[in-house]
Amino acid sequence: MHAVRGVDLTLAAGQKLGVAGESGCGKSTLALALLRLLPASAHLSGEILLDGEDVLTMKWGRLRAVRWAGASIVFQGAMHSLNAVHRIGDQIAEPLLIHGRATPAAARKRTAALLEQVGLPAARADAYPHELSGGQRQRVMIAMSLACDPHLIVADEPTTALDVMIQAQILRLIEQLVADQNISLLMISHDLAVLADTCDRLAVMYAGRVVEEGPAAAVHTAAHHPYAQALSAAFPRIGDPASRRAPRGLPGDPPDPARLPTGCTFHPRCPVALASCTQDDQPLREAAPHHHAACVHVSPAIPQGVSAP
Amino acid sequence: MTAASTPAVVREPDGGPVKSGPSRGVLARAAAGPKTAYLLYVAGKLGGAAVSLLAVLVTSFFLFRIIPGDPVKAMTRHRPVSPEQMAALRRQFGLDSPLWQQFTDYCGKALTGDLGVSYQFHAPVSQLIAERFPATLLLTGVAVVIYSALGLWLGTRSAWRHGQLGDKLNTGVALTLWSVPSFWLGLLLIIVFSVGMGPIPGLFPTGGMESGSETGFAHVLDVAHHMVLPVLTLVAVGYAQTLLVMRSSLLDEMGSDYLTTARAKGLRDALVRRKHAVPNALLPTVTMVFINLGHVAAGSILVESVFSWPGLGGLFYQAIPVPDLPLIQGLFVVFAGAMILMNLLADLLYPLLDPRVGR
Repeated sequence: MHAVRGVDLTLAAGQKLGVAGESGCGKSTLALALLRLLPASAHLSGEILLDGEDVLTMKWGRLRAVRWAGASIVFQGAMHSLNAVHRIGDQIAEPLLIHGRATPAAARKRTAALLEQVGLPAARADAYPHELSGGQRQRVMIAMSLACDPHLIVADEPTTALDVMIQAQILRLIEQLVADQNISLLMISHDLAVLADTCDRLAVMYAGRVVEEGPAAAVHTAAHHPYAQALSAAFPRIGDPASRRAPRGLPGDPPDPARLPTGCTFHPRCPVALASCTQDDQPLREAAPHHHAACVHVSPAIPQGVSAP
Repeated sequence: MTAASTPAVVREPDGGPVKSGPSRGVLARAAAGPKTAYLLYVAGKLGGAAVSLLAVLVTSFFLFRIIPGDPVKAMTRHRPVSPEQMAALRRQFGLDSPLWQQFTDYCGKALTGDLGVSYQFHAPVSQLIAERFPATLLLTGVAVVIYSALGLWLGTRSAWRHGQLGDKLNTGVALTLWSVPSFWLGLLLIIVFSVGMGPIPGLFPTGGMESGSETGFAHVLDVAHHMVLPVLTLVAVGYAQTLLVMRSSLLDEMGSDYLTTARAKGLRDALVRRKHAVPNALLPTVTMVFINLGHVAAGSILVESVFSWPGLGGLFYQAIPVPDLPLIQGLFVVFAGAMILMNLLADLLYPLLDPRVGR
């Protein structure tokens, strides 16, 4: 069973890439695969290059050294991603100590600094996760992810469990921190609007594949792939009354990865599918400079694609 | 129970308006601060334990009056006694007064620590118990500590490599031993290792706690030598329970997100297990270990009998057929009291292990 297939994404230093898609399309699997955190039964093929080094062929020792120090992860649901029986200060300091970045005394100082950086009083280091609110917990996760000065932070639905006000705060915080420290950001969400707001580039995944990839604003407002269009239309857009009055959903569910449809995997739900779509899968095609979509309607032969700008 | 837990719940921090509604408890707790909250928690648990102990006192009196048999008849069996002598004996034991009066006498004395005088040993019950208690504490205490530690260790290993051959062997052996009757295993060990069998010489004594001649360190070694087989029996039959509880509670933690976080941080697998998974999985198991410790007082009636161990279990076994009511009641109170005490300790320890409880 292929949960993620043929994904080819590149992220330059300091760049922010968003990955969007419905639940079950392989976004989180992709995030876990980056640091080989999937269960042992998972089979990975291809290359995952982190600073030019292939994560997949690394020895265990090197892999552990790269984890968190090279790339760290902000998981969704900080309630469950933090250990309930340890103080948050200890959890933030843990990677520093594990990677030999600091002595216990220095790690405590660094923890205090990190907490203040994410807008929490340093004294909260002694608190347990259950004593914090959802937003505070997510701030702790972010402080933790910054501990070892990684080159890349993977944020897996960092704001999904939060209410809208806190969501905005957390997004601003992440944005500001990665900009200050020139960290690359891979942000995963089902919310295209959130991603478009935060990221430079966007990739839309469907059934384990990237079906559209391009500059964030273009993918959000002028998508080429009908799935990306549906995803974008599913969220009402500020300043666009038409979209607010009629937020469109997409009928049907993403396919079971064990029984993918033939041809283009999106064709059973596609409003503009052609007869050939049931047989022919479409590769990513250039729809505009630096903008690709995997749809039969995006083609040099048909310059006026479904909704090409 | 309700009588004791009410004060802890009703007491609110001084001043401060208390809102009604479901959030009331949370508000009160948050306003009280961690210290006060913990004291309230302790007070509640202590109250609960006191009420349980009172309930035990009452139960122990009535429960054993249901046992058929007349202690006076049992004690005078095979002896020529006149009805007058039996009546005198009844009067001496206080069995001639109405039940409610016997009950108030018993309760009044029990509260001052006087558990009465044994019918058959003609000695104060508290003294009999005090004499036999150390032997039981030594035997079952050592056994419980060993099998709890063994169960925790094997349970952790089993869960971490669940489904593999080691796990299957581990749980299979533990379950098999668990279903073995302890007296049978004890007798088997005596036959093989005490009496000697084939090439195996009689390595261990068949029973008792000491040979009686040694002093000082030699005496310690002698007692240890006597303990090997009964401890082995108790451990073999007992460790499976801890193993299974630890295994299943660790399995529950295995898919948790915080373990993925720990792995993502670059922790070695052993460290993920030891530092993150086990402390969380330990919480349900701690209660179990303390319940086991509560059994220490009662010892094991069967194992103590098989190995003629001079402990409380054997004493209880002697008291039942008479029935030696004061002794049975006294032992029952001590057994139940130990259980209540250990549960109380578990409750008081719990907040230290799980920051979410009682703060």
